[in-house]
Amino acid sequence: MEYGWDFSVVLLRPGNWLRGFLVTMIYAIATTGAGLLLGLVCGILLLSRHALLVSPVHLYVEFFRSTPLLIQIVWFYYALPVVIGLTIPAWLAAGLGLTLYMGAFSAEIFRAGIISIEKGQWQAARALGMMPVQLMRRVILPQAVRRMVPPFVNQSVLQLKNTSLLSVVAVPDLMYTGTLLVSETFRPLEIYTSLAIFYFIILYPLQRLAKSLEQRDDV
Amino acid sequence: MSDASPMIEVRDLAKSYGRVEAVRGVSLAVRRGEAQFVIGPSGCGKSTFLRCINLLEEPSAGWLRVGDTVIEFGRHRLSAREQARHRSQVGMVFQQFHLFPHMTALQNVMEGLVTVKRTDRHEARRQAELLLEKVGLADKRDVYPRHLSGGQAQRVAIARALAMQPRVLLLDEVTSALDPELVGEVLEVIRQLTLEGMTMILVTHEMAFAREVAHRIVFMDEGQIVESGTAEEVLDHPRNPRLQSFLRRFRR
Repeated sequence: MEYGWDFSVVLLRPGNWLRGFLVTMIYAIATTGAGLLLGLVCGILLLSRHALLVSPVHLYVEFFRSTPLLIQIVWFYYALPVVIGLTIPAWLAAGLGLTLYMGAFSAEIFRAGIISIEKGQWQAARALGMMPVQLMRRVILPQAVRRMVPPFVNQSVLQLKNTSLLSVVAVPDLMYTGTLLVSETFRPLEIYTSLAIFYFIILYPLQRLAKSLEQRDDV
Repeated sequence: MSDASPMIEVRDLAKSYGRVEAVRGVSLAVRRGEAQFVIGPSGCGKSTFLRCINLLEEPSAGWLRVGDTVIEFGRHRLSAREQARHRSQVGMVFQQFHLFPHMTALQNVMEGLVTVKRTDRHEARRQAELLLEKVGLADKRDVYPRHLSGGQAQRVAIARALAMQPRVLLLDEVTSALDPELVGEVLEVIRQLTLEGMTMILVTHEMAFAREVAHRIVFMDEGQIVESGTAEEVLDHPRNPRLQSFLRRFRR
């Protein structure tokens, strides 16, 4: 049986698409940024020598790395209000889920990046008389960040794709916009195909950038 | 502090890891301008001892004086600030150089001055350039460490340590990782330092070099100083049987 493709339906709601694009980008950028900050703090805490600091952070990181993001978002939206007795809006619940998810993965990237720097570098910096903060800022982080860039770009790409899960709590991102249009037009093939191409157009340049950063070896 | 009193003095220094005692009560005094060599079989605790002096390993017990700063170990843990202050006065050069790979030779030498001593950048650059010149690497100032030969890297590392104007310089087997043809250029720099009166403690296997420039040599075995004296006393007239057999193995 021939299927009659009709891509014109995709262009039915340009205003909605623009909103969806903006929502997706804002969530991707904001939750990636906030997640990175959270990850930096948690990554450094994971390296501390105090078990009292390490254990809770470790628990958080492993929990969020080992459970589906979809459940985390749904849980923040439906269960958290029950637990704390306070309704939080969908946009906040979703943002919280995405941020904590990104934070957990970045914490691990920071931790792994920092401990990948050879012992000798720490010793040489200490031998000069550097304080722990100076040692981090001047010697360890500049080298570690270079090694962290590829995994971070990778994680950011995933993060942008993961914003599509926002649609389950009715945040009007790209995915949600598409789903609405599908229910209006009954043209899921055209709409989801177009959506995939759209995500690809956004993310492909980012992937290229990551590749070129990986190949750069200037110090 | 008079010239006669030692620049650095160590008493009953001990370092243990759990039940393993790496350094077992070492006492040592190095006078200003003296180059004191520490020799001994591998695993005898000589490197650990050296690393205790600048607190890269925290000694379990003992007493240490550098200049007029005294540190007593085993009572309380030193704060990060106390450790940093002590280390800034004790230079260290490592077997594997450990230059900062993201900085040029010049930046490596400037780093301690700028970050730790808070020296003005212009002044730090001036001093670093002089030091690179001194170790014969003025033309490598803008080169990153991975483009330096082992001998050049080690000379930059020596300049980096000297930039802090340490009271004493610790050198931990600084030629052991070098190709044989590159050892000479590093020893030449150290020889120059002995002539200039730099106070140094060197852990080394370069016996010929020790014989030539050491003011004193101590022989360590099983975490203790077994014998010490002038190069002639220790190398030519060893009394302790363990030192005798160590030197015999060395000559073969």
